[in-house]
Amino acid sequence: MTMTDQPTGVLGSRMLRREDPALLTGEARYTADLVVPGALHLAMVRSPYARARIVSVDTAAAVTMPGVRAVYSGADLADTWAGPMPCAWPVTEDMKNPTHLPLAVSQANYVGDAVACVIAETAEAARDAVEAVVVEYEPLEAVIDLEDALSDRVVIHDEIGTNRSYTWDLKIEETEGACDAAFAAAAYAVKERYIQQRLIPAAMEPRAVLAVPQPFGGDMTLYSATQVPHILKVMTALTLGIPEHQLRVIAPAVGGGFGSKLNVYAEELLCVALAKRHGVPVRWTETRSEGCQATIHGRGQIQDIELAADANGRLTGLRVRLIGDMGAYLQLVTPGVPLLGAFLYAGVYELPKAFDFSCTSVFTNMTPTDAYRGAGRPEATYAIERAMDSLAYEIGIDPLELRRRNFIPTEKFPYEAYTGLVYDSGNHDGAATLAAEMVGYDELRERQRSQNVPGATKRIGIGLSTYFEMCGLAPSRVLASLNYGAGGWEAATVRVLPTNKVQVVTGTSPHGQGHETAWSMIVAEKLGISPDDVDVLHSDTAIAPLGLDTYGSRSLAVGGVAIAMTCDKVVDKARQIAAHLLEANPDDLEFAGGEFSVAGSPDRSMPLAAVAFEAFTAHNLPDGMEPNLEAHTTYDPPNFSWPFGTHICVVEVDTETGETEVLRYVAVDDCGNQVNPLIVDGQVHGGVIQGLAQALFEEAVYDSDGNLRTSTLAEYLVPAASDVPPVITGHTVTPSPTNQLGVKGVGEAGTIAATPAVINAVVDALSGLGVRNVPMPASPNTVWSIINAAQGGSQ
Amino acid sequence: MIPAAFDYVRASSAEEAISLLGQYGDEAKLLAGGHSLIPLMKLRLAQPTVLVDIGRVSDLSYIRDAGDHVAIGALTRHMDVETSPMLLEHVPLLAHATSHVGDPQVRHRGTIGGSLAHADPASDLPATTLALGATYVVTGPNGTREVAASDFYQGYLTSVLAADELLTEIRVPKMNGAGWSFQKFNRRAQDWAIVGVAAWTRGSESGVGLVNMASVPVLASSVSSALASGSSIADAAALAADEADPQADLNASVEYRQHLARVLTRRALSEAAG
Amino acid sequence: MEITVTINGKAHTADVEPRTLLVQFIRESVGLTGTNIGCDTSSCGACSIHLDGEAVKSCTVLAVQADGHDVTTIEGMAAADGTLHPMQQAFMENHGLQCGYCTPGMVMAATSLLNENPNPTEEEVRIGLEGNLCRCTGYHNIVQSVLACAKG
Repeated sequence: MTMTDQPTGVLGSRMLRREDPALLTGEARYTADLVVPGALHLAMVRSPYARARIVSVDTAAAVTMPGVRAVYSGADLADTWAGPMPCAWPVTEDMKNPTHLPLAVSQANYVGDAVACVIAETAEAARDAVEAVVVEYEPLEAVIDLEDALSDRVVIHDEIGTNRSYTWDLKIEETEGACDAAFAAAAYAVKERYIQQRLIPAAMEPRAVLAVPQPFGGDMTLYSATQVPHILKVMTALTLGIPEHQLRVIAPAVGGGFGSKLNVYAEELLCVALAKRHGVPVRWTETRSEGCQATIHGRGQIQDIELAADANGRLTGLRVRLIGDMGAYLQLVTPGVPLLGAFLYAGVYELPKAFDFSCTSVFTNMTPTDAYRGAGRPEATYAIERAMDSLAYEIGIDPLELRRRNFIPTEKFPYEAYTGLVYDSGNHDGAATLAAEMVGYDELRERQRSQNVPGATKRIGIGLSTYFEMCGLAPSRVLASLNYGAGGWEAATVRVLPTNKVQVVTGTSPHGQGHETAWSMIVAEKLGISPDDVDVLHSDTAIAPLGLDTYGSRSLAVGGVAIAMTCDKVVDKARQIAAHLLEANPDDLEFAGGEFSVAGSPDRSMPLAAVAFEAFTAHNLPDGMEPNLEAHTTYDPPNFSWPFGTHICVVEVDTETGETEVLRYVAVDDCGNQVNPLIVDGQVHGGVIQGLAQALFEEAVYDSDGNLRTSTLAEYLVPAASDVPPVITGHTVTPSPTNQLGVKGVGEAGTIAATPAVINAVVDALSGLGVRNVPMPASPNTVWSIINAAQGGSQ
Repeated sequence: MIPAAFDYVRASSAEEAISLLGQYGDEAKLLAGGHSLIPLMKLRLAQPTVLVDIGRVSDLSYIRDAGDHVAIGALTRHMDVETSPMLLEHVPLLAHATSHVGDPQVRHRGTIGGSLAHADPASDLPATTLALGATYVVTGPNGTREVAASDFYQGYLTSVLAADELLTEIRVPKMNGAGWSFQKFNRRAQDWAIVGVAAWTRGSESGVGLVNMASVPVLASSVSSALASGSSIADAAALAADEADPQADLNASVEYRQHLARVLTRRALSEAAG
Repeated sequence: MEITVTINGKAHTADVEPRTLLVQFIRESVGLTGTNIGCDTSSCGACSIHLDGEAVKSCTVLAVQADGHDVTTIEGMAAADGTLHPMQQAFMENHGLQCGYCTPGMVMAATSLLNENPNPTEEEVRIGLEGNLCRCTGYHNIVQSVLACAKG
């Protein structure tokens, strides 16, 4: 195990967050908090049917109600849209993408699909009028089951003639047939099916939108609870056919996203369209029930995975077949989610070029799915980590030992994997060893042997997950090879003001991650100033016009690195000015502690503050140099970054009730150098509990008619403090060699690692009872039923 | 999130509330703490046209020693029940069960009478008062009547309360040192029980109430009969689902509920027997 | 109907529809937007405030029910000189918040918890916050914040 020292100074310190005072006192303004006089309130009429033909929409009664300004059906607004709702990821040439408009015109395709809308002077009036809109539906048979959807027994969208959106393959073989040969020659093979249930992201802040027009000037300002103001601006301009330069998008304080706010939604487009049409501000705030139905869902995959291994348990081949549940329509990056996982199915293990992956994605009459914390990577990690436990069981060795035999050795990094992707750095054995020490692995196995005896009703289980997170999305050329519709760069501007205060402009768009704190720390470290003297500007396209926003654990590894690079440019320019003023050779100047000094002549020095002021007055700059101290960078990363780690979960399962209690959870994460360990731990804690929630609590449940049965937080089980364990964190530090900060990213690591660790623990607890798999969520009823089935229904 | 519009009237006494209920009939609903009713109204699953607010009827909030029982005013808040020294001494099972209702914020507002009158079989208190052999005092235009908890519940969210009647007092027999246990099984602490068991035992006597095991709270009489005739706890608990008629829902199948009732009853009786 | 509610020490009188929720009154009539709305089933606790000194969910109280009563919101927690309330300070020092949306409700619930149980165990803190949901922190640092505040 290597424990590299953190850099000294500000970077790496547990600096308290500058975001907090405003958030702790109620001073922060979320979108729904913004007060705009005269704003009309939008409310949506949503389909109560999973699939129904819209026969007629009668708005007559609603439109005459007090305070109601207008009522629109989908047909009324059909001409408003310059294009359909955007999907930016056409993963294959022949991908099927049915027309998706903000208001459905002829057919509703999931419960919650918007079919009409009301604008009124108050939210109450709008809500009351929704009840008075009479929509006549002809209910049609809904398609809920993925394999049923695949059969095309009932085709949801007539216009595309099939429920199949695309099939995307990734076959990597040294020679043709290598994968089949590996299975034919395997000493051990396992074949497993896992179900990734649908999840509801449930960010605590419901979505909210406010569009403020300037009817005569022509400008439009769109406030939205979004993770992606920049992407939203481009897409809104395209969808509405309005000039992009007249559109300003602002994401005020945003209360969490987890992917659910990485999208372009009907309500955003409607607020802008109706604000434009009526010449007044239009706002909408989601209710939680709407959020459960009409904000994207996550996961939703059937995974078939097969591992082949040699006599020593070393992986020799891997085959994966996925069915992806797209839901009723393709949202912004819906089809790309399974692809993001495709490269991680061998996890942190060495695999020869014997890999066969295929994903077929289908439409169903359920809420569209899209990126949810981890997006494809938790699914892949779950499959390989569960399958590794099955393989260990098959071979009869400890799961940790099997993993050790397969880890990519530390000395092989940077490591070119079977896919051709290069893993930047890693120390898997180090992370696993630390996690095992922290949790007391050997003692736990002893305890398990003595406790899980025949007849025991409280059984201990120990679950491991050793993971890679492919993040730092992304090198633009790689995205291009995957048909993604945008690049993966990030923009930064660093501006030293005349008084030596610093403005940083970032294209990232934080919603809880603490970028203002972290970015100010990077600048402080680079420029030798106090973080308090740095202001971080973001999430307003008029202030930060360039950016690709915050998702995919990309912000630090791309946006943060862009800031560090920009600081270097500022220092370079300041060096030229300082050298000019000090009458020294720029190469002889040293920059430390915010001051330039001439090497060997410490009395000849000039603080950055003085340089900044000189750059401002421009009275005496080198010939040809532009005034002011400002630099800009658009950074396109050369590679993904590859955080990794080992999580170990210890559970006790009550076999009488099926209840799982998590006794201990240890997370060892290596995200390279840490800018702020306080924030890193916070990201891990939250991610782990979100992943644990998938394992034990959460599922968006639909009945066979396509009704969402978990449409409130009383039914959709986001766990509370009393339902989850503390998270014990540990870290190894293996810097990334691909960027100057040595950072990797940490936003999704916990979610990726936790789900398989928890389920592996539950299965491990029950393995003595003949249980080999437990579906998610491992609710008490489910676990009890599984035990019964394994015991031949004897209980 | 926004309830449908309604008229709002305040009652300053039980008599006034009853008179107002008589005046408005079926369209009116009583509002006490509001923690059963308001969430339904926000989702527009309930749309009363008149709310009669009895939250200011201060003389219905009390906990009194009444000799062989403790008398609890219907508008006594859960938080006052769970922390009442008198109840902790004489009816600890009720105080403890009440500490499992909802969450602290709910218990600061919700009332015992509101919870019982709502007649939700998934609530903790109907089954608990049933197990304890409580009597409810119901006040109507013609005065008061006493209804045994075992006679109060008629169906899902339905009780013997007439449209112009008000639950005013709950009389809970003192436990006189009986052993007791409250087993609430759920997936999140704040939720309704998947199955709950409220039980007490004293010598050959016992009472076992089941939460969420039928459309009404269930008294597991077979268990008590078996114990009275000398059965072991394990044998008696095996009868726990005999009077039950549970429904399946997102969290539990019928079979699982029946199984849980037996397991939790066994655990409750064991704990009560100490 | 006309109601008067004292909020953070100041009386506010307004004419409200009976169906107005207390949280709407606080946010829209009084203009204090620190109290957030996160659900419609009294599940999430984001709207927690103090009513007569105790935490309640202001989305499940009608404004008319609060007529004549005393409300404290998150805006009333810090001292007039800007000094954070000890619970706010503890959340800051222990990184007990990320996106901040659940935070006002958490702070109000946590202070109410310590009023009733000044020296809780970790388990008592977790149970005491059962009515408040957070999606960012995994609760670990929220619990640490409350324990730190209790220790002083």
